[in-house]
Amino acid sequence: MKIGVITYPGTLDDRDAQRAIKLAGATPVPLWHASDDLKGIDAVVLPGGFSYGDYLRCGAIAAQAPATKEVIKKAEKGLPILGICNGFQVLVEAHLLPGGLIRNEKQHFVCRDQRLRVENSDTRWTGMFSENEEITIPLKNGEGGYIADDETLKYLEDENLIAFRYLDVNPNGSMNEIAGLSNKQGNIVGLMPHPEHAVEPGFGPDTPIATRSGIDGLRFFQSVIGQVVG
Amino acid sequence: MPKIIVEIMPKQDLLDPQGKAVANALKRAGNSEIDATRIGKRIELHYKEQPTEEDLEKAKELAKDFLSNSVIEDVVDVYIEDQN
Amino acid sequence: MFKKKTESNVDTTKDASSEDKDQPWAELGLTQDEYQLIREILNRRPTSSELAMYSVMWSEHCSYKSSKIYLRQFGQKVTDEMNKHLMVGMGENAGVVDIGEGLAVTFKVESHNHPSYIEPFQGAATGVGGIVRDILSMGARPVAVMDQLRFGAPEHPDTARVVHGVVDGISNYGNSLGLPNIGGETVFDARYQGNPLVNALAVGVLKHDDLKLAKATNPGDLVILFGARTGADGIGGVSVLASETFDDDGPSRRPAVQVGDPFAEKVLIEACMELYELDVISGIQDLGGAGISCATSELAANGDRGMEIQLRNVLLRDESLTPEEILMSESQERMMAIVNKRNLKKFEQIMNKWEVEYSILGKVLADEKLVIRWDEQEIVNVPPKTVAIDSPVYERSVEYPTWIDELNANSSESLPRETEPSEIAAQIIQIASSANQADKSWITSQYDRYVLGNTALSMPDDGGMIRVNEESGLGITMATDANGKYCQLDPYQGAKLALAEAYRNVAMTGARPRAVTNCLNFGSPENPEVMWQFKQATTGLADGCVEASIPVTGGNVSFYNQTGDVAIYPTPVVGVLGVIDDVARRIPSGWQDTGHNIYLLGTTKDELDGSAWAEVIHDHLGGKPPEVDFQKEMELADLIHGANIQGMVASAHDISEGGLAQALVESSLRFGNGARIWLGELMERDGIDLTAALFSESQARAIVSVGREDDVKFVGLCEARGVPIVRIGVTDLESSALEIQGIADIDLLELKSAHVRTLPELFS
Repeated sequence: MKIGVITYPGTLDDRDAQRAIKLAGATPVPLWHASDDLKGIDAVVLPGGFSYGDYLRCGAIAAQAPATKEVIKKAEKGLPILGICNGFQVLVEAHLLPGGLIRNEKQHFVCRDQRLRVENSDTRWTGMFSENEEITIPLKNGEGGYIADDETLKYLEDENLIAFRYLDVNPNGSMNEIAGLSNKQGNIVGLMPHPEHAVEPGFGPDTPIATRSGIDGLRFFQSVIGQVVG
Repeated sequence: MPKIIVEIMPKQDLLDPQGKAVANALKRAGNSEIDATRIGKRIELHYKEQPTEEDLEKAKELAKDFLSNSVIEDVVDVYIEDQN
Repeated sequence: MFKKKTESNVDTTKDASSEDKDQPWAELGLTQDEYQLIREILNRRPTSSELAMYSVMWSEHCSYKSSKIYLRQFGQKVTDEMNKHLMVGMGENAGVVDIGEGLAVTFKVESHNHPSYIEPFQGAATGVGGIVRDILSMGARPVAVMDQLRFGAPEHPDTARVVHGVVDGISNYGNSLGLPNIGGETVFDARYQGNPLVNALAVGVLKHDDLKLAKATNPGDLVILFGARTGADGIGGVSVLASETFDDDGPSRRPAVQVGDPFAEKVLIEACMELYELDVISGIQDLGGAGISCATSELAANGDRGMEIQLRNVLLRDESLTPEEILMSESQERMMAIVNKRNLKKFEQIMNKWEVEYSILGKVLADEKLVIRWDEQEIVNVPPKTVAIDSPVYERSVEYPTWIDELNANSSESLPRETEPSEIAAQIIQIASSANQADKSWITSQYDRYVLGNTALSMPDDGGMIRVNEESGLGITMATDANGKYCQLDPYQGAKLALAEAYRNVAMTGARPRAVTNCLNFGSPENPEVMWQFKQATTGLADGCVEASIPVTGGNVSFYNQTGDVAIYPTPVVGVLGVIDDVARRIPSGWQDTGHNIYLLGTTKDELDGSAWAEVIHDHLGGKPPEVDFQKEMELADLIHGANIQGMVASAHDISEGGLAQALVESSLRFGNGARIWLGELMERDGIDLTAALFSESQARAIVSVGREDDVKFVGLCEARGVPIVRIGVTDLESSALEIQGIADIDLLELKSAHVRTLPELFS
């Protein structure tokens, strides 16, 4: 299985997403923002970073890139898409997911090991989690405050499209503790925390057992592999 | 330089954390008469020649579709700047 | 408004040969002798462009003219053993050290102190940007950053301004570059009030073959400037030249600070990586202080060549810049490459792919002359080495500061010591919650420690550890330290102590210390007492390096950190790089298993002068700093390494500021796990009282936790190697307290709250 990872100028966590895909058992395919050739991929990750310096609005310029436009076309046909952090912002700017992401309430960038609840395990990227499972993966963002109008929030809640909610603390002032969303078809998932940084023992979040041994993020990638292959 | 100015503000009913932080700072500094602040953006589009009405219409489209995000922001004004 | 600079008012070499005139050399910071020397070198007066170049390149900042005679020690006091792994030593942009497997590491600390006081956000941000470009220009991929920050008194109203700006600046710039921030230091002291220290460290990794040097050696090669456009950044200093030709309101527009664009730098990094991969360039230099003046003259001088430059080709952000200003501009995110003509196409393709602007400025000349033209007019014609290398060197006067005798005589012996258990427990908490010993996560949580996916350890562990080879697990550890109070009491000893602590920190993570960098922050070199401190500190560091058998690979000097007559504490920040064969063997700084024995390694003496205890409890600074013995440091480091190879060390934490008490607090809070501690045996063995046992800052000590199954073996190993060992307790995951027998059970949640809330309360 081939999973693409788009690199925009200013993307930072692209090699990390590629490593995660490899560890999960698929083949990572680097994609360049300026090309609309998606190289026959079966799924795609829009990674974290500061595409185009996050100038104008986070993800706004990347949402216009040829590679993104091609992804938008394929989204309707069910291509599994995971947007992480800046990638989530791109999905929102591309109107593939509703709402918006604004500067953290406390105005500071925040990096922490974040506990989340998986609210929807019925998507292409969360199938290997159990409903309401609690996981810990790193969060690191400056503009991760999720906002939407009341109508949108109601829709998200009613349709069970809130994929992840923050536990313990709401690190960025997100409405309804929203950490991540999916679309109705379940092929598109976007979230602010970084599953690709909790995939390899020794380099993830601390756990009670050992330093940096948390690998809860691996199942995001295993989910999409399992579902596409199976 | 001939310009079209685009002014964008965060939506009135949505949280504006920057504005809130600045308002708090202003109050701490003793400016109790200021009740709130909101922080928006001014974008200048520079033209080689004096922009036409057609340019202005196009700028309005750009302002709506690309320069702002209608989910979180409102375009409050798009205008040709006076050349003086 | 500005007048467009016309050709007629450009000061040419022809003008300089034919007509003499008064020049503003003093305003540019040159002495009369230096100005005279320039005239002798050129055999005429300099043009205004040449004067600008010499003045900035001969400044203290660029030329190291006051420090050079002392820095030479780092190259002279060396042994073959020390140089075994050194690929590039002092003098290049950054030192390069072989770490095996065909890989090398380059690392360096640099100061951005003054700009960070004027405009903390941009000052700190561009400090990160600058050091990362230094690393990049060695042919390396930057892999991590760290920061060494010193601020004024925590309660002073101006401190919050500087703290917020600096931390935001580092966070904004470093995070946007995608470099993990893996550690550093934060110190508060009124002595840094008007002179905060913002030092930034960057580490890069390269293949041996990719090593690049800042040299232009092949005549005919093209000189290409790429990256951001050149604007009026940081040229306040040369406005005096501009004022000769501008109206009064002109130069006031020129900013003295630089503004950074981390996005431009990130793109620059990736573009450079491709340039290196495809072997497109023959030399490269980053543009930092002194901008194009520095890059052109250094590239030419280092290659024993010359250069011919058309200054009109520089892409500008502001068309009103004068030639002098273009030469001096410190606009960020720019690099200069030397490219053979046959590689030009490849170069252009890479620039176009990453949307990086570039322009060809000229070419390398066989003769050692640097010729710069503005259209047809020659405005610079100088021997490059006279600008970049052969700057004046001063032996400034040195004077022993007599006040130090009084300071040394005022030891901490006279300070009252508590014996009441509850009071001693209160002191432990008071120290753990003091601004300098408190948890720093309010700062470090604003930095990305995860990006690149190779961070094996970061704050609050003893050092930052990065995996550099994903196949083999080969990794490096970095730690930096400096204790300004120790250095104030004795700069020679203080510098050695900084080295000892950084060395020990690296060793505690499981790595072997391999090389040293430094950033020497001092007051004015024109003050003979400051010069004495500088001489003592550099001598101490050089001697310490020989004793520890570890080389200095490079460094940076920052003078003039003083307000009026009051200088900062001498603050030689020392960074130590270590190598670990497999980062899977990393050692964390706290315990996670229950029933492990806790051992104190090393000997505790009654050494409380200059300690955190003296400062926090008694507001006292006096006496003499702790003794340092590198033989013992090396024995301790070797022991940890040997025991860790055999998997015996579950956790290790060095003992430094705050003594054993602070180390126990940190090791308990690292994972929130309790322990039972007893001190009787230690006090008896070392002949010390409870205060010394808990708060002494004796060196070459650490606490380790060891599983029961390895106990006999570990104790045997220590005895065989002659490392003093005493069991002081046992870990207990059932307990939610740090239980110190005969003193108190300190509840971990309360302790954590005290330790963590200090910084948020001060700055949130």
